[in-house]
Parts: sequence; structure tokens; C-alpha cells
Amino acid sequence: MSWEMVIGLEVHCQINTKTKAFCGCSTEFGAEPNSQTCPVCLGMPGQLPVLNDVAAKKTILTGLAINANINLESKFDRKNYFYPDLPKGYQISQFAVPVVEGGYIDIPTPDGEKRLGVTRIHMEEDAGKSMHEGLDAVSHIDLNRSGIPLMEIVSEPDMRSADEAIAYLKQLHQIIKFLGVSGADMEKGQFRCDANVSVRRKGEPFGTRTEMKNMNSFRFIKQAIEFEALRQIEILEDGGEVKQESRLWDSVKNESRSMRSKEEAHDYRYFPEPDLPPLRVTQEEVDAIKASMPELPNQLRKRFETEFGLSAYDADVLTQTQSLAQWYEALVAAHPANPKQCANWLANELLGRLKELNKDITESPISAKGLASLLDRIADNTISGKIAKDVLDAMMESGKDVDVIIEEKGLKQVSDTGAIDAMIQEVLDANPGQVEAYKGGQDRLFGFFVGQVMKASKGKANPAMVNQRLKELLG
Amino acid sequence: MDIDVKKIANLSRIRLTDNEAKELAPQLSSIMGYIDKLSEVNTDGVPPTAHPHDVAMPQRADVVTNADRRDALQQPAPRTESGLYVVPKVIE
Ligand SMILES: [Zn+2]
Repeated sequence: MSWEMVIGLEVHCQINTKTKAFCGCSTEFGAEPNSQTCPVCLGMPGQLPVLNDVAAKKTILTGLAINANINLESKFDRKNYFYPDLPKGYQISQFAVPVVEGGYIDIPTPDGEKRLGVTRIHMEEDAGKSMHEGLDAVSHIDLNRSGIPLMEIVSEPDMRSADEAIAYLKQLHQIIKFLGVSGADMEKGQFRCDANVSVRRKGEPFGTRTEMKNMNSFRFIKQAIEFEALRQIEILEDGGEVKQESRLWDSVKNESRSMRSKEEAHDYRYFPEPDLPPLRVTQEEVDAIKASMPELPNQLRKRFETEFGLSAYDADVLTQTQSLAQWYEALVAAHPANPKQCANWLANELLGRLKELNKDITESPISAKGLASLLDRIADNTISGKIAKDVLDAMMESGKDVDVIIEEKGLKQVSDTGAIDAMIQEVLDANPGQVEAYKGGQDRLFGFFVGQVMKASKGKANPAMVNQRLKELLG
Repeated sequence: MDIDVKKIANLSRIRLTDNEAKELAPQLSSIMGYIDKLSEVNTDGVPPTAHPHDVAMPQRADVVTNADRRDALQQPAPRTESGLYVVPKVIE
């Protein structure tokens, strides 16, 4: 019987607030070390934490977006461990009763949609940053990050492949970006993932799991999960036993290694945080947060498919970010005649050019209205689709209006019968052999004539008219 | 009740000699025994107490109120360098 992976994921996501979870220190990234600290987040004796209300609201909003239950009363606990970047000697977290429980995320799989359970989302505070590199007998500590609010999103062990795990993470990442509850910038560590991985023979109970800690790239997470599953399968097939432990992914060597931390390091001795009474929210407050929820990626995708007739693929591409989806809707609003054409031009032409410039849609040199006016000129036969691509290049380069470029470059499509007939006649006169052959029954030569006429017109002849007149003139 | 005093001390980063551990074990056991009395009470249907005061959590608005007071706050630190705290080397 074949092996099966069982994967559960824990995502630590920085909640984007102006201030820390329990004090009024700034969360601005990249500040001078230890310039954003105070007695509370430094763990000075006698200081009392006070919860940031935005952190709570954004955690609840995230819970609602993944169809979870909101606990109207939740609690905070202390998670105790010693490390120099944790000045209090404990992390304030929600252990016994988190604010969010029991949601799910649907992911696309080759066999259709799959529903993956989310066990809980709880709030907690981040630790500071330790630096060891290039230092001999000491470490350096920056506590600017100490106390920054995080939500930890814990999934059920529902994923059965690295691809499913990545699909879940991407979906979650996208939802979080749409909600605006986190910058979710993986390079800045605002969205990092622990993966619990075990293997079993299909249908058997779960095997012993290992935890791959602190990964912040989709590519590394996929590699790490696949490596870890193979490592466990090899152990089991050799008759060995998998040891339950935390492991680190080494993305340089492409292997995981044991963190060798002592067992007791996991003895966190949670107990209720005496400095914080329970967090209570009313159903009315939850409803108000729900009312503020923007359209989510899945809903948007489905709406783009039904309302605009887009393919699943195009709908997916255009809903990658909120700004892109809004750009597309602005484009359709300005050129409502053909939403599919709008999607093609945005997804293939504009995004392709932006990618070459290393820009995203928010940095596009042309506006949705600008692209719409280009599509208008194709629709009213001023230019062909082929010429329009050159015009788009010129628009992006010069920032000039579409009509100005068409005028300046003399790109206006020739739709004048007399002029087109003259060009056709020239082509026919120059290729008597092909004319003979065509008349002798070689229909396929028709394309050759169209090509020659378009070439003679430098692409400016109206292709539909060329087709029509050619048929007539060839008799 | 048997208590692993050495383990608890280690978790709390408290250094104990064997003699101290031996001395503390019965004391801690008697405290635990005292607390165990609580389990004799029937608590069926009583919701767990989250906090001794029946109050909801006060919350603050998300507004920066703390200015940079690094120099003053680092005064008590044994050692700093370029604004960073310097501690004995720690590596996982
Ligand atoms: Zn602070």
C-alpha cells in the first residue's frame, strides 16, 4: 500500500496595526534598533498590558472570512520560556480559549474543490530579534519587534500533499491581503509558517509527526514538506521509528535538520494571564465587523466568471490582488462592450509589459481609462488589434493619449475601399503565378494574398475589408 | 505527591543545590496537597473562573503614544552597543 502525507499548518501572521499589541509603541518596520520600545514591551516589573482594539477586530474579521465561530468571550494566557529576546520570560498568547475557532478554506485541486479545516486563530505577541552573525561570545538583541501583534492560524491536519499545503497557504495569504489585516510580506517575516508533517499507509492512523519551523517562502515550504515526508518514509521502511521533534529547513543545503532542543523546552506551563481580564465582544460588534468585510477572492473569482464570462483561469489571474481586480472592473466600466477582450488585454498585454518593467498594476504608467480608449479604437476600426499592440507600447513609453499616438505615427487603419482595392490589385499583379494557382483550385493561397496586402499596408489595412474585397476581386 | 524539583527549577532558571532540592521537595508537596483540597469540591456546572475580577478587558485605540526613550530605557542594561542589547551568546 502506498504512503500518504498528513500535513497541518500553523501560520504566524503579523497584524498590521500602528502600535504594538499591549502598548503604544510604533510598529514601523526598519526603525533604529530598540527605538520603538517602552517599559511594557521591555518587560519591566510592574507594567500592565492594555490590548490594542484594532488587533482584536482584525483577528475577528479574519475569523469571519474563513467561516469560523467567534468566541464572544476569549482569554489570554502566559506561555513561559526563557530566551533573551523575550524580556518578560513569557509570551502573552491565547491558549485555552482563542477568539476564533472552527473555520475552513476551500482550495482548488485536480479532483475539484477541497475543504480544509481551520482549528483556531488566536492572538499573541511577537518576540524580539536576536542576532548572532559575526559575533564571537555575544548575541545582540533588538526589541522593536517585541510585543508586535500576531495572529496564529492553526489548520486541521487535512492536507495530503505539499501542493495542497501550498494551495491552502496561498489562499490564506490572499484572503489576508484582501482583508487588509496584514501586510503579509513574507520577506519581512509578516507571514511565516510551521508545518507539521507525518506519513502513514493509506487508511491507517496518523503517524508520529515532526514540526518544520519558521519558513517564509512558498517554495521552501514545498521543498521542506516533500523532503521531510521522504525522510520519514525511509526511516519507516527501514523498520525505524520517527522521532517527534522540531526541525529546521536549511534552504541552502536543501535538507531538514533536528533543532536538538531539549524536551523540556516545550514545557511552556501555560497559565491564565492575571494582568488581562477576558476579552468580551458582543454579537452586535461581530456583526458590524462582518458588515465591513470586503468581497473575498473566491467570491470575486466566481463573480468575474458569471458576470463577465471569464474563464476560470482569467478570473484567477485578475483576482490575485484587490488592486488588480479593481483595475479590471474600472477597465470594464470604461469599455463595457467586451469584458473578455478587456481581460485579455489586461492579463496578457498590459501585465506582460509591466512584468518586463518589474512593476505591478498599481505602478502602471497608463490608466484603466487609457487602456479602455485603446480598446475603443479597435472596436471602431480606427486601428487593428495588431497595430494596437504597438500603440500600447508607445502609450506606455510616452504617456501620450491613444489618439495622439495614432495621429502622430499615422497608424490610422485604412478602411477606404478605393485604397484597399489599389493595394490588392498591386499584390495580384505582382503574383500572377499564385493567382493562376488559386483560380485553379488552391484555396489555401487566399491567406497568402491577405498576408501580402496587410504587409503592403504596413498592417494598417482593415483586415475584415481586405478579406471581403479580396474575395470579390479574385472572383 | 512526588515533585521533580530539579526539573521545575531548571524550567524557571533557578539554580538549586541537591540539598536545597531535597529540602524544597516536601515543602512543595505540602503546598500541592493543600491545593489538591480544591478538587474535593464538586464544581459540576460551575464555569471556570477566567479572572478574579468580573470585568471585561479595557482596550486602547491604535495610536502611537510612546516616543523613543531608548537612552533612558537602556540605562539599567549591563551592556549595549549601537543601541542593541548585548547578551551572552545564545544559539538554538
Ligand atoms: Zn512598548
